[in-house]
Amino acid sequence: MEWLIATVIAVLTGCGVLLTLRARTFPVVLGVTLLAYAVNVFLFAMGRLQSGVPAVIDQAATGYTDPLPQALVLTAIVISFGMTAFVIALALKARSELGSDHVDGLDFSDDERAAEQQQSQQDDQSGTAA
Amino acid sequence: MSLLTALLVLLPLVGGILLLFLRPAGIQTQRVVHLSLIFVLVIATLIAFFSANQGGYEIMLLGNWQAPFGIVMVLDRMSSIMLLLTATLASGALWYAIKTDVDRQGEHFHVLFQLQLFGLNGAFLTGDVFNLFVFFEILLLASYGLLLHGGGRLRTRAGLHYVVINLVGSTLFLFAVGALYGILGTLNIADMSVAVQNLPAEDRGVVAAAGLLLLVVFGVKAAMFPLYLWLPRAYAYTSAPVAALFAIMTKVGLYAIIRVHGTVFGEEAGALAFIHSDWVLAAGLITSMLAALGVMASSVLRQQVAYLVLASVGILLIAIGLNSEAALSAAIYYQVHSTLLGAALFLLADVIFRARGNHGDALVKATPVAQPILVGSVFMLLVIAMTGMPPLSGFFGKIMILNAALTHPWFMAILLVVLVSGLLMIISVARTGSLLFYSAVKPESNGIPPASNRLAFAAIIGLLMTSPLLVVFAKPLSAVTEHTAVQLYDSRSYVSAVLSARPVGEER
Repeated sequence: MEWLIATVIAVLTGCGVLLTLRARTFPVVLGVTLLAYAVNVFLFAMGRLQSGVPAVIDQAATGYTDPLPQALVLTAIVISFGMTAFVIALALKARSELGSDHVDGLDFSDDERAAEQQQSQQDDQSGTAA
Repeated sequence: MSLLTALLVLLPLVGGILLLFLRPAGIQTQRVVHLSLIFVLVIATLIAFFSANQGGYEIMLLGNWQAPFGIVMVLDRMSSIMLLLTATLASGALWYAIKTDVDRQGEHFHVLFQLQLFGLNGAFLTGDVFNLFVFFEILLLASYGLLLHGGGRLRTRAGLHYVVINLVGSTLFLFAVGALYGILGTLNIADMSVAVQNLPAEDRGVVAAAGLLLLVVFGVKAAMFPLYLWLPRAYAYTSAPVAALFAIMTKVGLYAIIRVHGTVFGEEAGALAFIHSDWVLAAGLITSMLAALGVMASSVLRQQVAYLVLASVGILLIAIGLNSEAALSAAIYYQVHSTLLGAALFLLADVIFRARGNHGDALVKATPVAQPILVGSVFMLLVIAMTGMPPLSGFFGKIMILNAALTHPWFMAILLVVLVSGLLMIISVARTGSLLFYSAVKPESNGIPPASNRLAFAAIIGLLMTSPLLVVFAKPLSAVTEHTAVQLYDSRSYVSAVLSARPVGEER
């Protein structure tokens, strides 16, 4: 089970980092959310992985799992949920005020501007040809 | 068990909720209630300051659970200084906000202000790393609201960067906390210190990595190189009282480094003792140099002030990285100085911004401000103090730090960076001052410059007056900071005080 959990955390973190580095606000929000999921699973795994054992005192129990990481994860989930809601609202505000969903508030990224220019040049050429 | 410790956290929380319910009563009522709340907070922090300076630890066990099973709040000399500093700063910033009507520009300014203080006070008092995370989130969420208060394109853009980098910082915080809990099995700072002492050799690498990851997180908050890029924009484009209040925000990161790393990776941590010091010192040297270059390159006064605040963070990181009692004592002195004067400079930049009409605070020739002699001389005194020229407090702080660095192997590098960055800053603020006040163009005959706001200006004078006071009372104050530094290095008595605190109603 350990390798599965570790792989899940690694994939979530990798995707989260990749998306956070994107230039548009929506992928960034998704990236931050994925990072938050990854860290929640990580925190949970830090209490050591056990299945079928209770976290609270039970007469019949032979062993216990650590309840503290579960409490920490609950807190972390609530906080990351609130923060995600906030950052989505802020991204929408930025979209409407800056007129663009680019994280730097630019109308276009350089790549897109280059693509646009190329497109318009092609249009011009096809226009003159016609 | 100390009720005062709990009161200092509960007062801003209850105050914030009260102000929220007072909203229908109108902004005037909110203002009066808020000012009296801040007044009570200043009194409470003064009491806390004097009682903590008896030298003991006042410990509050939340839920009456004995440490390390419950969360503890610890009031000691360092946290009491930070609390007093926050309350003083808040009173100046709030006064300015009320007198310039900044609080009318959007909703819930007063509520967010109190919640910000709630987060700050909690972060300064908590003795538990996860609880520190929670208070960080509270102060960050309030700061997001305050940063965006009033709105505007530049503010929204700076706010977006600030929010995203802090969200990533929070995630890293949780990774570090999780890794530390996985190995040490506790999150109480005092108990972690004990656990690190008894750490088996094979676990050292993980704990060191988690500890340094935690340093990265605190570095984001403190604006340490290379994580400072969010600061100049965020501070330059928010409203002036908020920027003034945020002067304490970078210091929260520095406080967390002193508290968490100083205690967990303290003298008794064996092979892991002071693993963070050299990193902090190196980052401080680079931050100072880059901040000085930023001061030179700024084209807008508020941005220049933001870089001056960043330069003071660099100096503080150097002092913390020097890792000696004398240096830490100097750091605490310099921290008080740079927080209050940085805040005053942000407020003054706003006065200049308002007085110059269309030119704002761009560093170009424009019409003079209404009272060039008053504003100009206050500007001169503030930048003298901020860049560390004699005779004001910045000079004393830098001298103390350099004095503590004399025996350090990197002394020449430290001396070079502190002096060169100081020189660069003096040159550029002198250029700014002459542009703003000497080479002003003649105003057009019909355009009378708007009169300055005397009552609002009182907040700046009040914050400025702390600088000569810090110099006049340098002797008793440095005695206080020395005691504080000694107490911070004595992590053994911190640990025993926290772990031996017994719940109410239980025999000792």
